[in-house]
Amino acid sequence: MKKAKVEIDYTNEVIKIRGLKKAFEDFAVLRGIDLDLYQGENLVVLGRSGTGKSVLIKLISGLLIPDHGTIEVLGQEVTHITDKALQELRIRIGFSFQNSALYDSMTVRKNLEFPLVRNRKGISRKDIDVAVETVLDAVGLSQTINQMPSELSGGQRKRIGIARTLILNPEIMLYDEPTAGLDPITCIEINDLINEVQQRYKTSSIIITHDLTCAKSTGDRVAMLLDGKFEREGTFDEVFDTDDPRVKPFFDYNFIH
Amino acid sequence: MDSVSDPINPEYKKRSTFKRRLNNFFAEVYRIHLFIIRFFKEAFVPPFELKEIVKQCFDVGVRSFTLITVTGFIVGLIFTKQSRPSLITFGATSWLPSLVSIAIMRALAPLVTALIASGKVGSSIGAELGSMRVTEQIDAMEVSGTKPFKYLVCTRVLATTITIPILATYTAFIGLLGGYVNVATNEGTSYTSFMQQVFQPLVYLDFTASLIKSIAFGFTIGIVGCYQGYNSNKGTEGVGKAANGAVVTAMFLVFIEEIIIVQITSNFR
Repeated sequence: MKKAKVEIDYTNEVIKIRGLKKAFEDFAVLRGIDLDLYQGENLVVLGRSGTGKSVLIKLISGLLIPDHGTIEVLGQEVTHITDKALQELRIRIGFSFQNSALYDSMTVRKNLEFPLVRNRKGISRKDIDVAVETVLDAVGLSQTINQMPSELSGGQRKRIGIARTLILNPEIMLYDEPTAGLDPITCIEINDLINEVQQRYKTSSIIITHDLTCAKSTGDRVAMLLDGKFEREGTFDEVFDTDDPRVKPFFDYNFIH
Repeated sequence: MDSVSDPINPEYKKRSTFKRRLNNFFAEVYRIHLFIIRFFKEAFVPPFELKEIVKQCFDVGVRSFTLITVTGFIVGLIFTKQSRPSLITFGATSWLPSLVSIAIMRALAPLVTALIASGKVGSSIGAELGSMRVTEQIDAMEVSGTKPFKYLVCTRVLATTITIPILATYTAFIGLLGGYVNVATNEGTSYTSFMQQVFQPLVYLDFTASLIKSIAFGFTIGIVGCYQGYNSNKGTEGVGKAANGAVVTAMFLVFIEEIIIVQITSNFR
Protein backbone atom coordinates (compact mmCIF):
# COMPACT_ATOMS: atom_id res chain seq x y z
CA MET A 1 0.00 0.00 0.00
CA LYS A 2 1.38 3.43 -0.93
CA LYS A 3 1.99 5.81 1.98
CA ALA A 4 -0.68 8.49 2.13
CA LYS A 5 0.31 12.13 2.50
CA VAL A 6 0.57 13.27 6.11
CA GLU A 7 0.77 16.69 7.66
CA ILE A 8 4.05 17.35 9.43
CA ASP A 9 4.50 20.39 11.63
CA TYR A 10 8.14 21.38 11.08
CA THR A 11 7.90 24.12 13.70
CA ASN A 12 7.11 21.68 16.49
CA GLU A 13 9.93 19.34 17.61
CA VAL A 14 8.55 16.55 19.78
CA ILE A 15 12.04 15.12 20.29
CA LYS A 16 15.15 17.27 20.34
CA ILE A 17 18.54 15.64 20.90
CA ARG A 18 21.80 17.55 21.19
CA GLY A 19 25.37 16.27 21.60
CA LEU A 20 24.28 12.80 22.75
CA LYS A 21 27.08 10.43 23.69
CA LYS A 22 26.91 6.91 25.06
CA ALA A 23 29.66 4.38 25.62
CA PHE A 24 29.65 0.86 27.04
CA GLU A 25 32.87 0.37 29.00
CA ASP A 26 35.52 1.53 26.51
CA PHE A 27 33.38 1.25 23.38
CA ALA A 28 31.77 4.52 22.30
CA VAL A 29 28.48 3.72 20.55
CA LEU A 30 27.01 7.18 20.06
CA ARG A 31 29.57 9.95 19.56
CA GLY A 32 27.69 13.22 19.67
CA ILE A 33 24.29 12.94 18.05
CA ASP A 34 21.97 15.81 17.12
CA LEU A 35 18.44 14.87 16.06
CA ASP A 36 14.99 16.44 15.76
CA LEU A 37 11.70 14.61 15.34
CA TYR A 38 8.84 16.80 14.19
CA GLN A 39 5.16 16.55 15.05
CA GLY A 40 3.45 13.99 12.79
CA GLU A 41 6.66 12.75 11.17
CA ASN A 42 7.94 9.21 10.66
CA LEU A 43 11.72 9.30 10.98
CA VAL A 44 13.61 6.16 9.99
CA VAL A 45 16.99 5.57 11.62
CA LEU A 46 19.17 3.29 9.51
CA GLY A 47 22.49 1.77 10.35
CA ARG A 48 24.49 -1.42 10.58
CA SER A 49 24.01 -3.83 13.48
CA GLY A 50 25.78 -2.63 16.61
CA THR A 51 25.85 1.04 15.60
CA GLY A 52 23.63 2.06 18.51
CA LYS A 53 20.22 2.42 16.85
CA SER A 54 18.39 0.58 19.63
CA VAL A 55 20.54 2.32 22.22
CA LEU A 56 19.27 5.63 20.84
CA ILE A 57 15.58 4.85 21.45
CA LYS A 58 16.34 3.31 24.84
CA LEU A 59 18.02 6.60 25.76
CA ILE A 60 14.97 8.52 24.53
CA SER A 61 12.62 6.43 26.67
CA GLY A 62 14.87 6.71 29.73
CA LEU A 63 15.80 3.02 29.85
CA LEU A 64 19.46 4.00 29.52
CA ILE A 65 21.23 7.07 30.84
CA PRO A 66 23.43 9.05 28.43
CA ASP A 67 27.05 9.90 29.23
CA HIS A 68 26.72 13.34 27.71
CA GLY A 69 24.18 15.53 25.92
CA THR A 70 20.51 16.41 26.21
CA ILE A 71 17.32 14.62 25.20
CA GLU A 72 14.17 16.70 25.21
CA VAL A 73 10.95 14.74 24.72
CA LEU A 74 7.62 16.60 24.51
CA GLY A 75 9.28 19.59 26.15
CA GLN A 76 10.81 17.65 29.05
CA GLU A 77 14.47 16.89 29.56
CA VAL A 78 14.51 13.10 30.04
CA THR A 79 17.81 12.95 31.94
CA HIS A 80 16.83 15.54 34.52
CA ILE A 81 13.29 14.68 35.56
CA THR A 82 11.95 12.91 38.61
CA ASP A 83 10.94 9.23 38.47
CA LYS A 84 7.28 10.24 38.70
CA ALA A 85 7.57 12.72 35.83
CA LEU A 86 9.45 10.14 33.75
CA GLN A 87 6.70 7.61 34.42
CA GLU A 88 4.07 10.11 33.28
CA LEU A 89 6.12 10.99 30.20
CA ARG A 90 6.49 7.33 29.27
CA ILE A 91 2.71 7.00 29.05
CA ARG A 92 2.89 9.46 26.15
CA ILE A 93 5.56 7.38 24.39
CA GLY A 94 4.85 4.00 22.82
CA PHE A 95 7.73 1.54 22.54
CA SER A 96 7.47 -1.43 20.20
CA PHE A 97 10.26 -3.90 21.02
CA GLN A 98 12.21 -5.94 18.50
CA ASN A 99 11.02 -9.25 19.94
CA SER A 100 7.61 -7.79 20.90
CA ALA A 101 8.29 -8.36 24.64
CA LEU A 102 4.78 -9.65 25.28
CA TYR A 103 4.18 -10.88 28.84
CA ASP A 104 4.40 -14.66 28.45
CA SER A 105 2.25 -15.47 31.45
CA MET A 106 -0.72 -13.34 30.32
CA THR A 107 -3.27 -13.72 27.54
CA VAL A 108 -3.45 -11.12 24.77
CA ARG A 109 -6.33 -9.43 26.64
CA LYS A 110 -4.32 -9.23 29.88
CA ASN A 111 -1.26 -7.96 27.97
CA LEU A 112 -3.32 -5.10 26.58
CA GLU A 113 -5.11 -4.37 29.85
CA PHE A 114 -1.92 -4.31 31.92
CA PRO A 115 -0.68 -0.77 31.09
CA LEU A 116 -4.22 0.61 30.89
CA VAL A 117 -5.38 -0.57 34.32
CA ARG A 118 -2.22 0.73 35.97
CA ASN A 119 -2.19 4.12 34.27
CA ARG A 120 -5.87 5.06 34.16
CA LYS A 121 -7.04 4.93 37.75
CA GLY A 122 -10.72 4.17 38.24
CA ILE A 123 -11.31 3.10 34.64
CA SER A 124 -14.44 0.97 34.35
CA ARG A 125 -14.52 -2.63 33.13
CA LYS A 126 -16.63 -1.54 30.17
CA ASP A 127 -14.12 1.14 29.12
CA ILE A 128 -11.25 -1.35 29.43
CA ASP A 129 -13.08 -3.83 27.17
CA VAL A 130 -13.85 -1.11 24.61
CA ALA A 131 -10.21 0.08 24.57
CA VAL A 132 -8.90 -3.49 24.18
CA GLU A 133 -11.32 -4.26 21.34
CA THR A 134 -10.51 -0.96 19.60
CA VAL A 135 -6.74 -1.50 19.50
CA LEU A 136 -7.11 -5.15 18.56
CA ASP A 137 -9.36 -4.06 15.71
CA ALA A 138 -6.78 -1.42 14.69
CA VAL A 139 -4.10 -4.11 14.32
CA GLY A 140 -6.56 -6.57 12.78
CA LEU A 141 -6.25 -9.30 15.41
CA SER A 142 -9.56 -9.30 17.27
CA GLN A 143 -9.74 -13.11 17.10
CA THR A 144 -6.58 -13.55 19.22
CA ILE A 145 -7.98 -11.87 22.34
CA ASN A 146 -7.94 -14.98 24.53
CA GLN A 147 -4.78 -16.55 23.13
CA MET A 148 -1.43 -16.79 24.90
CA PRO A 149 1.61 -15.09 23.28
CA SER A 150 3.17 -18.53 22.69
CA GLU A 151 0.24 -19.38 20.39
CA LEU A 152 0.86 -16.38 18.11
CA SER A 153 3.04 -16.12 15.02
CA GLY A 154 5.96 -13.64 14.83
CA GLY A 155 3.92 -11.14 12.84
CA GLN A 156 0.95 -11.42 15.21
CA ARG A 157 3.22 -10.87 18.20
CA LYS A 158 4.60 -7.70 16.59
CA ARG A 159 1.07 -6.43 15.98
CA ILE A 160 -0.04 -7.19 19.54
CA GLY A 161 3.11 -5.45 20.81
CA ILE A 162 2.12 -2.37 18.81
CA ALA A 163 -1.50 -2.65 20.03
CA ARG A 164 -0.26 -2.72 23.63
CA THR A 165 1.47 0.61 23.13
CA LEU A 166 -1.48 2.12 21.25
CA ILE A 167 -3.89 1.43 24.09
CA LEU A 168 -2.45 4.43 25.98
CA ASN A 169 -2.88 6.73 22.93
CA PRO A 170 0.80 7.70 22.70
CA GLU A 171 1.96 10.88 20.98
CA ILE A 172 5.30 9.36 20.02
CA MET A 173 5.99 5.83 18.79
CA LEU A 174 9.41 4.20 18.93
CA TYR A 175 9.71 1.08 16.78
CA ASP A 176 12.74 -1.15 17.31
CA GLU A 177 13.33 -3.27 14.19
CA PRO A 178 9.62 -3.74 13.45
CA THR A 179 10.18 -6.09 10.50
CA ALA A 180 13.14 -8.09 11.81
CA GLY A 181 12.73 -11.83 11.33
CA LEU A 182 9.46 -11.61 9.39
CA ASP A 183 8.59 -12.90 5.92
CA PRO A 184 8.25 -10.31 3.11
CA ILE A 185 4.43 -10.31 3.09
CA THR A 186 4.20 -9.83 6.86
CA CYS A 187 6.84 -7.07 6.52
CA ILE A 188 4.56 -5.24 4.08
CA GLU A 189 1.63 -5.66 6.52
CA ILE A 190 3.71 -4.25 9.39
CA ASN A 191 4.88 -1.32 7.23
CA ASP A 192 1.24 -0.57 6.34
CA LEU A 193 0.32 -0.79 10.02
CA ILE A 194 3.03 1.73 10.93
CA ASN A 195 1.67 4.15 8.33
CA GLU A 196 -1.90 3.52 9.52
CA VAL A 197 -0.90 4.22 13.12
CA GLN A 198 0.72 7.49 12.01
CA GLN A 199 -2.49 8.61 10.29
CA ARG A 200 -5.08 7.26 12.72
CA TYR A 201 -3.37 8.12 16.00
CA LYS A 202 -1.51 11.23 14.71
CA THR A 203 1.75 9.93 16.16
CA SER A 204 5.31 11.03 15.49
CA SER A 205 7.57 8.01 15.17
CA ILE A 206 11.17 6.89 15.15
CA ILE A 207 11.57 3.63 13.28
CA ILE A 208 14.83 1.77 13.86
CA THR A 209 15.60 -0.63 11.05
CA HIS A 210 18.11 -1.92 8.56
CA ASP A 211 15.33 -3.02 6.20
CA LEU A 212 15.34 -0.52 3.34
CA THR A 213 11.88 -1.57 2.12
CA CYS A 214 10.53 -0.64 5.53
CA ALA A 215 12.53 2.60 5.46
CA LYS A 216 11.25 3.55 2.02
CA SER A 217 7.60 2.72 2.66
CA THR A 218 7.25 4.22 6.15
CA GLY A 219 9.79 7.05 6.42
CA ASP A 220 9.06 10.70 5.75
CA ARG A 221 12.72 11.29 6.50
CA VAL A 222 15.69 8.95 6.82
CA ALA A 223 18.77 9.41 9.00
CA MET A 224 21.76 7.15 8.65
CA LEU A 225 23.89 6.33 11.66
CA LEU A 226 27.54 5.97 10.65
CA ASP A 227 30.40 5.64 13.13
CA GLY A 228 28.27 6.86 16.02
CA LYS A 229 26.96 9.96 14.26
CA PHE A 230 24.17 10.90 11.85
CA GLU A 231 26.16 11.63 8.74
CA ARG A 232 23.41 11.43 6.11
CA GLU A 233 19.90 12.76 6.55
CA GLY A 234 17.04 13.57 4.18
CA THR A 235 14.50 11.74 2.04
CA PHE A 236 15.19 8.13 1.18
CA ASP A 237 16.45 9.03 -2.30
CA GLU A 238 18.66 11.85 -0.99
CA VAL A 239 20.34 9.59 1.56
CA PHE A 240 21.19 6.90 -0.97
CA ASP A 241 22.24 9.24 -3.78
CA THR A 242 25.90 8.75 -2.93
CA ASP A 243 28.97 6.67 -3.69
CA ASP A 244 30.00 6.59 -0.03
CA PRO A 245 31.35 3.04 0.51
CA ARG A 246 29.73 2.93 3.95
CA VAL A 247 26.27 3.65 2.48
CA LYS A 248 26.20 2.17 -1.02
CA PRO A 249 26.49 -1.54 -0.01
CA PHE A 250 23.42 -1.05 2.17
CA PHE A 251 21.33 -0.03 -0.83
CA ASP A 252 22.90 -2.56 -3.18
CA TYR A 253 22.27 -5.48 -0.82
CA ASN A 254 18.62 -4.61 -0.30
CA PHE A 255 17.66 -3.70 -3.86
CA ILE A 256 20.08 -5.56 -6.13
CA HIS A 257 20.65 -8.92 -4.37
CA MET B 1 59.39 1.58 40.41
CA ASP B 2 57.93 -0.84 42.97
CA SER B 3 58.20 -4.26 41.35
CA VAL B 4 54.60 -5.25 42.15
CA SER B 5 53.20 -2.07 40.62
CA ASP B 6 55.13 -2.81 37.41
CA PRO B 7 52.58 -4.08 34.84
CA ILE B 8 55.20 -6.41 33.32
CA ASN B 9 55.55 -8.26 36.63
CA PRO B 10 53.15 -11.31 36.68
CA GLU B 11 52.44 -10.51 40.33
CA TYR B 12 50.90 -7.22 39.16
CA LYS B 13 48.23 -9.06 37.13
CA LYS B 14 47.47 -11.40 40.03
CA ARG B 15 47.05 -8.52 42.45
CA SER B 16 45.03 -6.43 40.05
CA THR B 17 42.69 -9.38 39.47
CA PHE B 18 42.33 -9.80 43.22
CA LYS B 19 41.72 -6.08 43.62
CA ARG B 20 39.15 -6.10 40.81
CA ARG B 21 37.37 -9.07 42.36
CA LEU B 22 37.34 -7.39 45.74
CA ASN B 23 35.94 -4.22 44.15
CA ASN B 24 33.30 -6.27 42.32
CA PHE B 25 32.36 -8.02 45.55
CA PHE B 26 31.81 -4.76 47.42
CA ALA B 27 29.99 -3.25 44.44
CA GLU B 28 27.66 -6.27 44.45
CA VAL B 29 27.06 -5.95 48.21
CA TYR B 30 26.23 -2.27 47.66
CA ARG B 31 23.78 -3.11 44.82
CA ILE B 32 22.03 -5.75 46.97
CA HIS B 33 21.77 -3.20 49.76
CA LEU B 34 20.14 -0.70 47.36
CA PHE B 35 17.81 -3.43 46.09
CA ILE B 36 16.61 -4.22 49.63
CA ILE B 37 16.12 -0.52 50.44
CA ARG B 38 14.10 -0.12 47.22
CA PHE B 39 11.91 -3.06 48.27
CA PHE B 40 11.05 -1.40 51.61
CA LYS B 41 10.46 1.94 49.88
CA GLU B 42 8.02 0.51 47.35
CA ALA B 43 6.37 -2.48 49.04
CA PHE B 44 4.41 -0.57 51.64
CA VAL B 45 3.31 2.38 49.53
CA PRO B 46 -0.04 2.22 47.68
CA PRO B 47 -1.26 1.08 45.23
CA PHE B 48 -0.82 -2.47 46.54
CA GLU B 49 -0.82 -5.34 44.07
CA LEU B 50 -2.97 -7.49 46.37
CA LYS B 51 -4.29 -9.76 43.63
CA GLU B 52 -0.76 -10.52 42.45
CA ILE B 53 0.46 -11.10 46.05
CA VAL B 54 -2.32 -13.65 46.62
CA LYS B 55 -1.50 -15.33 43.29
CA GLN B 56 2.20 -15.50 44.20
CA CYS B 57 1.42 -16.85 47.70
CA PHE B 58 -0.66 -19.58 46.08
CA ASP B 59 2.13 -20.33 43.59
CA VAL B 60 4.78 -20.55 46.32
CA GLY B 61 2.56 -22.83 48.42
CA VAL B 62 1.57 -25.10 45.56
CA ARG B 63 5.10 -25.35 44.16
CA SER B 64 6.53 -26.63 47.44
CA PHE B 65 3.54 -28.44 48.97
CA THR B 66 4.12 -32.00 47.75
CA LEU B 67 7.86 -31.97 48.30
CA ILE B 68 7.47 -30.47 51.77
CA THR B 69 4.86 -33.05 52.72
CA VAL B 70 7.07 -35.96 51.68
CA THR B 71 10.30 -34.49 53.05
CA GLY B 72 8.74 -33.32 56.32
CA PHE B 73 7.25 -36.75 56.98
CA ILE B 74 10.51 -38.56 56.18
CA VAL B 75 12.58 -36.18 58.32
CA GLY B 76 10.28 -36.75 61.32
CA LEU B 77 10.23 -40.50 60.80
CA ILE B 78 13.98 -40.91 60.27
CA PHE B 79 14.91 -38.56 63.11
CA THR B 80 12.76 -40.57 65.54
CA LYS B 81 14.09 -43.86 64.23
CA GLN B 82 17.74 -42.76 64.50
CA SER B 83 17.28 -41.30 68.00
CA ARG B 84 15.62 -44.40 69.40
CA PRO B 85 18.79 -46.58 69.92
CA SER B 86 20.52 -43.83 71.92
CA LEU B 87 17.49 -43.36 74.18
CA ILE B 88 17.04 -47.13 74.61
CA THR B 89 20.57 -47.23 76.09
CA PHE B 90 19.39 -44.93 78.89
CA GLY B 91 15.92 -46.50 79.08
CA ALA B 92 14.45 -43.16 78.08
CA THR B 93 12.32 -43.98 75.02
CA SER B 94 9.41 -42.22 76.71
CA TRP B 95 11.30 -38.97 76.07
CA LEU B 96 11.23 -39.58 72.33
CA PRO B 97 8.15 -37.40 71.57
CA SER B 98 9.68 -34.49 73.52
CA LEU B 99 13.03 -34.89 71.77
CA VAL B 100 11.37 -35.01 68.35
CA SER B 101 9.22 -31.98 69.07
CA ILE B 102 12.18 -29.86 70.26
CA ALA B 103 14.28 -30.81 67.26
CA ILE B 104 11.50 -30.25 64.76
CA MET B 105 10.05 -27.07 66.23
CA ARG B 106 13.32 -25.34 67.04
CA ALA B 107 15.42 -26.28 64.02
CA LEU B 108 14.28 -28.84 61.49
CA ALA B 109 10.91 -27.48 60.34
CA PRO B 110 12.04 -23.94 59.42
CA LEU B 111 15.35 -25.16 58.01
CA VAL B 112 13.97 -28.02 55.90
CA THR B 113 11.18 -25.77 54.59
CA ALA B 114 13.65 -23.01 53.72
CA LEU B 115 16.03 -25.36 51.94
CA ILE B 116 13.25 -26.92 49.88
CA ALA B 117 11.76 -23.51 49.08
CA SER B 118 15.22 -22.21 48.09
CA GLY B 119 15.43 -24.98 45.51
CA LYS B 120 11.86 -24.92 44.26
CA VAL B 121 10.73 -21.32 44.70
CA GLY B 122 14.03 -19.40 44.66
CA SER B 123 15.21 -20.99 41.42
CA SER B 124 11.81 -20.52 39.84
CA ILE B 125 11.69 -16.81 40.74
CA GLY B 126 15.27 -16.33 39.51
CA ALA B 127 14.57 -18.07 36.20
CA GLU B 128 11.21 -16.37 35.65
CA LEU B 129 12.45 -12.84 36.26
CA GLY B 130 15.71 -13.58 34.45
CA SER B 131 13.83 -14.70 31.38
CA MET B 132 11.58 -11.63 31.61
CA ARG B 133 14.68 -9.44 31.76
CA VAL B 134 16.42 -10.97 28.75
CA THR B 135 13.25 -10.94 26.62
CA GLU B 136 12.78 -7.24 27.52
CA GLN B 137 9.43 -7.85 29.26
CA ILE B 138 10.64 -5.88 32.29
CA ASP B 139 11.72 -3.01 30.02
CA ALA B 140 8.32 -3.18 28.33
CA MET B 141 6.61 -2.74 31.70
CA GLU B 142 8.89 0.17 32.54
CA VAL B 143 8.31 2.06 29.28
CA SER B 144 4.56 1.61 29.55
CA GLY B 145 4.57 3.73 32.70
CA THR B 146 4.03 0.85 35.11
CA LYS B 147 6.30 -0.11 37.99
CA PRO B 148 7.83 -3.52 37.29
CA PHE B 149 9.74 -3.54 40.58
CA LYS B 150 6.54 -3.22 42.57
CA TYR B 151 4.60 -5.68 40.42
CA LEU B 152 7.31 -8.33 40.07
CA VAL B 153 9.70 -7.99 43.01
CA CYS B 154 7.60 -6.65 45.89
CA THR B 155 4.80 -9.15 45.29
CA ARG B 156 7.15 -12.14 45.15
CA VAL B 157 9.19 -11.15 48.20
CA LEU B 158 6.03 -10.51 50.23
CA ALA B 159 4.60 -13.82 49.04
CA THR B 160 7.63 -15.84 50.17
CA THR B 161 7.81 -13.90 53.46
CA ILE B 162 4.15 -14.72 54.18
CA THR B 163 4.05 -18.26 52.84
CA ILE B 164 7.30 -19.79 54.15
CA PRO B 165 6.22 -19.45 57.85
CA ILE B 166 2.90 -21.12 56.96
CA LEU B 167 4.74 -23.90 55.14
CA ALA B 168 7.18 -24.26 58.06
CA THR B 169 4.24 -24.74 60.45
CA TYR B 170 2.84 -27.35 58.10
CA THR B 171 6.27 -29.07 57.90
CA ALA B 172 6.40 -29.17 61.70
CA PHE B 173 2.98 -30.83 61.82
CA ILE B 174 3.90 -33.37 59.11
CA GLY B 175 7.29 -34.03 60.75
CA LEU B 176 5.60 -34.74 64.09
CA LEU B 177 3.21 -37.04 62.26
CA GLY B 178 6.22 -38.92 60.89
CA GLY B 179 7.62 -39.14 64.41
CA TYR B 180 4.26 -40.38 65.71
CA VAL B 181 4.11 -43.17 63.10
CA ASN B 182 7.46 -44.48 64.35
CA VAL B 183 6.57 -44.13 68.04
CA ALA B 184 3.12 -45.67 67.57
CA THR B 185 4.56 -48.60 65.62
CA ASN B 186 7.17 -49.36 68.29
CA GLU B 187 5.48 -48.36 71.56
CA GLY B 188 1.82 -48.33 70.58
CA THR B 189 1.46 -44.79 72.01
CA SER B 190 -1.89 -43.15 71.30
CA TYR B 191 -2.03 -39.98 69.19
CA THR B 192 -3.41 -37.89 72.10
CA SER B 193 -0.72 -39.06 74.48
CA PHE B 194 2.00 -38.43 71.86
CA MET B 195 0.77 -34.91 71.24
CA GLN B 196 0.60 -34.14 74.96
CA GLN B 197 4.25 -35.14 75.30
CA VAL B 198 5.14 -33.18 72.17
CA PHE B 199 3.90 -29.87 73.54
CA GLN B 200 5.14 -30.41 77.12
CA PRO B 201 8.76 -29.26 76.65
CA LEU B 202 7.94 -26.44 74.25
CA VAL B 203 7.91 -22.86 75.48
CA TYR B 204 6.67 -19.61 73.94
CA LEU B 205 10.20 -18.73 72.81
CA ASP B 206 10.39 -21.89 70.67
CA PHE B 207 7.37 -20.85 68.64
CA THR B 208 8.47 -17.20 68.39
CA ALA B 209 12.03 -18.04 67.37
CA SER B 210 10.78 -20.53 64.82
CA LEU B 211 8.37 -17.96 63.38
CA ILE B 212 11.03 -15.22 63.21
CA LYS B 213 13.43 -17.64 61.55
CA SER B 214 10.83 -18.64 58.94
CA ILE B 215 10.01 -15.01 58.18
CA ALA B 216 13.73 -14.22 57.75
CA PHE B 217 14.21 -17.29 55.54
CA GLY B 218 11.15 -16.41 53.43
CA PHE B 219 12.34 -12.86 52.92
CA THR B 220 15.84 -14.06 52.03
CA ILE B 221 14.61 -16.61 49.48
CA GLY B 222 12.35 -14.03 47.83
CA ILE B 223 14.81 -11.15 47.75
CA VAL B 224 17.74 -13.29 46.55
CA GLY B 225 15.65 -14.92 43.78
CA CYS B 226 14.30 -11.55 42.66
CA TYR B 227 17.71 -9.85 42.79
CA GLN B 228 19.35 -12.56 40.71
CA GLY B 229 16.52 -12.61 38.15
CA TYR B 230 15.85 -8.87 37.96
CA ASN B 231 19.53 -8.10 37.34
CA SER B 232 20.33 -11.00 35.06
CA ASN B 233 21.91 -10.38 31.68
CA LYS B 234 23.89 -12.20 28.98
CA GLY B 235 20.83 -13.85 27.38
CA THR B 236 19.80 -17.42 28.10
CA GLU B 237 23.09 -18.08 29.89
CA GLY B 238 22.13 -15.32 32.30
CA VAL B 239 18.79 -17.01 33.04
CA GLY B 240 20.56 -20.22 34.05
CA LYS B 241 23.01 -18.28 36.17
CA ALA B 242 20.18 -16.35 37.84
CA ALA B 243 18.35 -19.57 38.77
CA ASN B 244 21.53 -21.21 40.02
CA GLY B 245 22.66 -18.08 41.89
CA ALA B 246 19.26 -17.79 43.55
CA VAL B 247 19.46 -21.31 45.00
CA VAL B 248 23.11 -21.28 46.07
CA THR B 249 23.05 -17.80 47.62
CA ALA B 250 19.70 -18.34 49.37
CA MET B 251 20.80 -21.67 50.88
CA PHE B 252 24.08 -20.17 52.07
CA LEU B 253 22.32 -17.19 53.64
CA VAL B 254 19.69 -19.43 55.26
CA PHE B 255 22.43 -21.29 57.14
CA ILE B 256 24.11 -18.03 58.17
CA GLU B 257 20.79 -16.67 59.45
CA GLU B 258 20.12 -19.94 61.29
CA ILE B 259 23.40 -19.56 63.21
CA ILE B 260 22.74 -15.91 64.03
CA ILE B 261 19.14 -16.42 65.18
CA VAL B 262 20.04 -19.49 67.26
CA GLN B 263 22.81 -17.48 68.94
CA ILE B 264 20.45 -14.61 69.71
CA THR B 265 17.56 -16.74 70.97
CA SER B 266 19.82 -18.91 73.15
CA ASN B 267 20.59 -15.75 75.16
CA PHE B 268 16.92 -15.59 76.18
CA ARG B 269 16.67 -19.18 77.41
